[in-house]
Amino acid sequence: MTLRGFDYCVAVARHRRTKLVGLVTGLRGDAALVGFAEWPSERKYGGPRSFQVEQWAEIAAAALADCGIASSEVDGLITYDLRESKDFVPATVAEYCGWEVNFAERMDLGGASAAGAVWRAAAAIELGLCNVVVCAVPSRPRPRPNNPKGPRMDWGALGSSSMEWGSPQAEFDVPHGNVAQNAGYAMIAQRYAAEFGWDERALAKIAADQRRSANATPNAVFRDVPITIDDVLASKVVADPIHVLEIVMPCQGGTAIVVTSRERAAQCPHRPVFVTGFGERLAYKTHTYARDMIRTPIAHAAEQAFTMAGVDRSEVDACQLYDCYTITVLLTLEDAGFCEKGEGAAFVNDHDLSYAGNFPMNTNGGQLGFGQPGAAGGMIHVVEAVRQIQGRAGARQLSSADTMFVSGNGGIISEQTALVLQGG
Amino acid sequence: MRPAPIVPVATPTSQPFWDALAERRVEIQRCDDCSSWVFYPRVRCAGCLSSALTWTEVSGEGTVYTFTVARQPTTLAFADVVIPIIAVVELDEGPRLTTSLESVDPADVRVGMRVQPVFVDAGDMTLLRHQPMSERRRLREVHAAVDMEMDSGDEACLIGVQEQ
Repeated sequence: MTLRGFDYCVAVARHRRTKLVGLVTGLRGDAALVGFAEWPSERKYGGPRSFQVEQWAEIAAAALADCGIASSEVDGLITYDLRESKDFVPATVAEYCGWEVNFAERMDLGGASAAGAVWRAAAAIELGLCNVVVCAVPSRPRPRPNNPKGPRMDWGALGSSSMEWGSPQAEFDVPHGNVAQNAGYAMIAQRYAAEFGWDERALAKIAADQRRSANATPNAVFRDVPITIDDVLASKVVADPIHVLEIVMPCQGGTAIVVTSRERAAQCPHRPVFVTGFGERLAYKTHTYARDMIRTPIAHAAEQAFTMAGVDRSEVDACQLYDCYTITVLLTLEDAGFCEKGEGAAFVNDHDLSYAGNFPMNTNGGQLGFGQPGAAGGMIHVVEAVRQIQGRAGARQLSSADTMFVSGNGGIISEQTALVLQGG
Repeated sequence: MRPAPIVPVATPTSQPFWDALAERRVEIQRCDDCSSWVFYPRVRCAGCLSSALTWTEVSGEGTVYTFTVARQPTTLAFADVVIPIIAVVELDEGPRLTTSLESVDPADVRVGMRVQPVFVDAGDMTLLRHQPMSERRRLREVHAAVDMEMDSGDEACLIGVQEQ
């Protein structure tokens, strides 16, 4: 007999004599990703410009077409920010797309928003709240001039940092230049180096191995540009010890996915990708206040996801790990339990991480190779997992692609989400 | 020349912190109920959510938990103003804060380095930064630690302190 969901969690908890936090009963694994749309990552999108709400409708239509689901069937949506509208964002999208939904969410978990959207959609479907959920993150430029008559919202000037009065970050962190992402990840890396040492070639190898996969990915911004470990180490240091080639390239693009019930998925053209486990953890916005800067929230999230899915780490065919910086990947490999703490560099040196390797990871190049299309960055990992499981990955298709582990990461490793996705 | 700093704006909650800095003192909050030290200033304790927080003077001394040298300004707004060594310092009482390091060559900064506060006037505000602890002050600390170890008679610890 194979135990699933609640029964499995209880059995594992008894076996390990541990207490699951609140005894997570979790998903039954009855909701599936069935279709997606992905716009190419481009440094400078040159096509016709449109407002983000328009882009939302375009990419949602493409994702629905991919899985043969009619717009009239949509009864749930999950969105990220919309530049045309500060508030009432889900309602704006529903109105624009002509949907009446029973479930609407606006994600605010930075780069963890995509993975967070997937489990929220699955949970809503399993609860019976809705049957078809569209999650979209369009991220192409808007028409010029940008809002000619009104005050312009200051998007992205300070990365994940806030300058609003009363924001602790504005008062205590920003004045020292502890702002946006580079300095934060660099400080995490320095702390790691002080505790475990720093193998800069291993970190650079993450970027180089992933680039090999990007070179086999038509939508990747770096599809034509190979790099070596030495190239990474020869690139300029932005904030010690991080080189520019260890940082994602900001791009324009977009992604959307469709999640539906097991029953509806059975009528879709592609293999269903069931959401069988998830976990999420967040505790701080600024890393300064992390209890431990280099033991990251993904540990808890991954443990919950694997336990819920009843999947062992050895059963994972490929990992799609959020990779804003190489250090994020290193920490995730360790903390999600693919190797021991402090052994990440050795693990990377011992494995070929490309799609053709013995530990395929970020098989579309990850964001380091594919590019980071704004807030859609996290979703490219989800889409790649779906592509692989559905056997649609072309030249980089894995021979065995039934079980994927996906991580999301927002802020300065402030918020992390884990998913276990399995082909039906 | 010292670059012009970005000046924070105090809130009613944080005002005592800034007032103390203006007097060249560091005060942070401590919880009367669970004894936690609290930083940044809050209306409730981050340990137990008690509202019984008391402003308490501390030395402002601590240890570098981590740092980076921002070779490239962290954003355009900081292109001319930011001192490039950004650090997280763990105060001796426990809480960590973001700071910037002065009077030290970037190549000499280490995780674990002892630091002391520097008070920097900027307009109406006084900012808190840090610099390496003076040799005199650091030796005093080492001697105090040695004295303590002598009292406890633990030779092994004594060697550890001297090597620091």
